[in-house]
Amino acid sequence: MPELVIILVKILVAFGALILIAAYMTWMERRVFALVQVRYGPNRVGLAGLLQPIADGIKLMFKETIIPDRADKFLFYFAPAITLIPALAAFAVVPFGDTVTIFGKKVDLLIADVNVGILYIFALSGMGVYGVVLGAWASNSKYPLLGGLRSSAQLISYELSLGLSLLGVVMISGTLSLKGIVAGQANLPYIFLQPVGFLLFLVCMIAETNRAPFDLPEAESELTGGFHTEYSSMNFATYFLAEYCNMVTFSAVAATFFLGGWRGPILPPVVWFLLKILAFMFFFMWLRATTPRLRYDQLMAFGWKVLLPLSILNVIATAVIIVMFDL
Amino acid sequence: MSTEGTNTAAREPDILGPIRTETMTLNMGPQHPSTHGVLRVLLELEGESVVGCKPEIGYLHTGIEKNMEVKTYNKALPMTDRMDYLAPMSNNLGYVLAVEKLLDMEVPRRCKYLRVLLAEMTRIQSHLVWLGTHALDLGAMTVFLYCFREREAIIKIFEKVSGVRMMTSYFRVGGVAREPYAEFYDDCRRFLDAFPEKMDDYEELLTDNPIFLRRTESVCAISAEKAIALGVTGPLLRASGVDYDIRKKEPYSGYEEFDFEVPLGSAGDVYDRYCVRIAEMRQAHRIAMQALDGMPEGPLQADNPKVVPPPKEQLAHDMEALIHHFKIFTEGYHVPAGEVYQVIESPRGELGYYIISDGSPSPYKVKVRAPSFSNLFALPEMVKGGMFGDVVAALGSVDIVLGEIDR
Repeated sequence: MPELVIILVKILVAFGALILIAAYMTWMERRVFALVQVRYGPNRVGLAGLLQPIADGIKLMFKETIIPDRADKFLFYFAPAITLIPALAAFAVVPFGDTVTIFGKKVDLLIADVNVGILYIFALSGMGVYGVVLGAWASNSKYPLLGGLRSSAQLISYELSLGLSLLGVVMISGTLSLKGIVAGQANLPYIFLQPVGFLLFLVCMIAETNRAPFDLPEAESELTGGFHTEYSSMNFATYFLAEYCNMVTFSAVAATFFLGGWRGPILPPVVWFLLKILAFMFFFMWLRATTPRLRYDQLMAFGWKVLLPLSILNVIATAVIIVMFDL
Repeated sequence: MSTEGTNTAAREPDILGPIRTETMTLNMGPQHPSTHGVLRVLLELEGESVVGCKPEIGYLHTGIEKNMEVKTYNKALPMTDRMDYLAPMSNNLGYVLAVEKLLDMEVPRRCKYLRVLLAEMTRIQSHLVWLGTHALDLGAMTVFLYCFREREAIIKIFEKVSGVRMMTSYFRVGGVAREPYAEFYDDCRRFLDAFPEKMDDYEELLTDNPIFLRRTESVCAISAEKAIALGVTGPLLRASGVDYDIRKKEPYSGYEEFDFEVPLGSAGDVYDRYCVRIAEMRQAHRIAMQALDGMPEGPLQADNPKVVPPPKEQLAHDMEALIHHFKIFTEGYHVPAGEVYQVIESPRGELGYYIISDGSPSPYKVKVRAPSFSNLFALPEMVKGGMFGDVVAALGSVDIVLGEIDR
């Protein structure tokens, strides 16, 4: 029984924190943007605008839900959830701290130590795109349709490289469990052993989360919002939240695979973990503030002609080195 | 065989068997973030490829040309601001030059210099809006805010000199509305001194950015012959390599006294248009600096009391001045019968005013040759065979102002 309680508490705390962080990332993004663009950003609601995400949430909740006349109503409602749930669930296998002792019990600071954790993450991140495609299709409108098509094409092009870019780490650590991967980085973070893999993952991660310069499914200036053009109110907020949850989850994965997860000197593990996530999030925002958007065909060409061969080469090179030096 | 749709795409029927693909008609606008106003572009898409493009205009028709016929020449002037609202001073300039030509009137040299200074500041201002929105269309948000910060500085100067931020109506027939305020030249100089450095900042964000290059280089190119055939003018024409700048070819308002170059492109693609406009901003800065440095002394208004209103302080004790004032602001001034076509190089291209006078105080007919109008209809030619994302890039590079197109 106590195990069940511990798991429930962990789920509530971790997911609560994830959603809260995701919400506050919207605030951070606007502040970072403002910083880059010589503006103030939200600074009126609460101290330094810290209550802005909550105000936004309340506002969105009270907005009218508008459904296009010829939309598929069930899918239209359901699609945002299909995007949000995998984004949240993928976080379950990411360790956010070391083993701690609470009331004489050893507790691992991760929700589930799945021995194929990385496959689990890929499976779920692959799911997320269904929400986007279904939502776009269910809208029965042309701009969302184009956004949905772009999204599915983008996913196919980048999922492969995403998986292959992490394969190097898996080969070195010899485990698919995220806990095992963090354990393997006690001496040296894998970023030093897999620099190419890290860069590849970084690029694919941006494409996977539909962020600038790969934000083609949204592409506001082209598709007026892309797949979520017809969405309003909480349905829209769900998509929005899912995007940020995805960003946080992928930042966490990147930190776990390449930067040693929660490991770090002096500060407590959870703080280190958060700092690493924040660093990746800042990178996301910085990129969006400074780069133009690629064109659809260029994005495809980049995925298939540059990223995929590079990631395959990286895997081969890693394998050759491991075999040659018998690591 | 299934029945064929009306717009069946030209694909190999053998490969697809009984399956037929159809193109999709997409309404881009009139409410769309990248149409720069209320423009509607009817796109025929095959997937993401553009097979047809048809700009639909008229959503902003205000009847400006017709309206000018029922107003006196002075009262018609504020209408011109409202056409190309991003370059008000250039519009004013074209109109007052046309009327001055009809009146056979020469303005003092100082007035010419002041007009050139303000017209070039307008060019910088207008190109800044273009640069910002064009970059925004391509997804680079930050440039937009930087550009609007600099534009704001110019707009502030305009506001102080004319009283209005955008609808300046500052140039008048026979001179300008009033003497510029005391610190006007200092304000201009302060802005112009700081400007080149800001330009470097924008260029740093875009000019060598690999993504920006991919989005613009050899995208939506238009050849010199095509551009001339379509009546394209301004930076678009020069980007295609045609050396045609009215400031050089038919100098007006004393442009022959200024030393500047006409930047030219070669490929006529979106990137060349970008480069030409960026270089034009630097040239505009150069001209403005020359105007500022060489600002002559002397009167500002033409010596023609029938057209130029007398100074306010004369009205109290000068009967003659009072009569002129009364006549100008009630009946207006009579313009000799005849017709005139005056062109200027507005930021968007060849802006022409064709005015017919029947000798009355109101123009008989005003026809404006708006550069955006001709330039916009080069769009179908540009985007043919391109991708959907290119339409946005091309539209941004044309730099349209719908107020001017619909008039």
